Amino acid sequence: MDADFLINILLPALWEGLLVTLKLIILSAPFGLLFGTLLAVGRVYGGFFVNLFCRFFVGFIKGCPLILLLFILYFGLPSVGIYLSALLASVIGFICCNSAYNSEYIRGAILSVKEGQMIAASALGMTRIQAIRHVVLPQAMRRAIPGLSNEFIYLIKYSSLAYMITLIELTGAGKLIFSKYFEPDVFIMIGIIYLALVTITTVGANALEKKLAIPGTQGR
Amino acid sequence: MDVFSIVAEWLPYLLSGVMVTIGLVAAALIIGALLGLPMALGQVYGTRPLKMVIGTYVWFFRGLPVLLLLFLFYFTIFPFLNLDVPEFFVGATVLGLRGAAYQSQIFRGAIQSISEGQMTAARSLGMSRLTAIRSVIIPQAVRVALPGWSNEYPNILTDSAICYAIGVAELMTRTSQIVAQTYITMPIYLACALVFILLNYAGMRVIYHLEKRVAIPGFSGNTSSGVL
Repeated sequence: MDADFLINILLPALWEGLLVTLKLIILSAPFGLLFGTLLAVGRVYGGFFVNLFCRFFVGFIKGCPLILLLFILYFGLPSVGIYLSALLASVIGFICCNSAYNSEYIRGAILSVKEGQMIAASALGMTRIQAIRHVVLPQAMRRAIPGLSNEFIYLIKYSSLAYMITLIELTGAGKLIFSKYFEPDVFIMIGIIYLALVTITTVGANALEKKLAIPGTQGR
Repeated sequence: MDVFSIVAEWLPYLLSGVMVTIGLVAAALIIGALLGLPMALGQVYGTRPLKMVIGTYVWFFRGLPVLLLLFLFYFTIFPFLNLDVPEFFVGATVLGLRGAAYQSQIFRGAIQSISEGQMTAARSLGMSRLTAIRSVIIPQAVRVALPGWSNEYPNILTDSAICYAIGVAELMTRTSQIVAQTYITMPIYLACALVFILLNYAGMRVIYHLEKRVAIPGFSGNTSSGVL
């Protein structure tokens, strides 16, 4: 790999791909967190049917490979008249996957908040929903941060699967360059970018956990 | 011909991919465990340089997407080594090496959870450090690690589908081949999803029984994670 190839061909293409990867993550992560929280609350506090639905959803998503889910959304749905762009199909797939795994961590964290907290909140006159929102979740979410940031890192890595449904993100951009110029070092370059992304995220997540910690509660 | 008879006609072809998928998963789990346990021991008891090498390995394999690792090994590393190996071998190697990185962290946590007094007691009985690790620490640590380890199975099972990208003839590859042949999409994708979910469920049952089998009565650390 010479410098000319690197600067004029590879890096611009990877930059374009990186932007798509970041777009995928930015569009997916907030909804993954939101729906993950709702799924977790549904599983812990929901009635029979809500609980059943949430368990079924999480079970299906965790059992079905993400790549197959993306195929269903992009290649399968048109047969029932729903046409999604590759970007939208990827984002929906990532949100489903991310929220299902997030819900497992948040559910565990909710269950780790002592029951007395809920009783105390009710004694203060809070409704159930108020108690969940203002008492249980603020404590639970802090405990879930290590797991959630892990899932965020998975999201970064699994965003590469969008290439399988024709969306040219970081891995895809590199693969196209490889197919055109047959330069195997391309994949090393992509690897460096992913490692940088993941390492920065890990450092950021640790800092976030420290920043959000409430002195004296120690998280656990 | 209606959709169901077409799906039924292709089902044997799809199911023959099950053996390939199981082969990938089994190979990956075995490679992962064989490398992961020594790596965990190295990270706990090893010298500083050894710890750094293992730490870098784990950082590398946990930081890269499976898809990129497959491309990297298939297009860059194996050709560089002048090795012409079948796709299945590439898939199993990638999933196994990556699994080793994850499994080493599960085993490491388990080893560190065994109280230090165990080592001290074993040493005071005259055991060498190596014997103590082999006969006292590992038998306990492996049992503590089992619940966490059992989560590796569904992860590797779903990741094995990504081997589609390099054309290993497993379930996902066969699914898209069938779709390309028949132009039927949804029923075939859902059939494939069902097979994966059944494999997941069956595997977890096997692991659950394995956990019960190796459990030592009165020794906690074998709480199984429930299925679904």
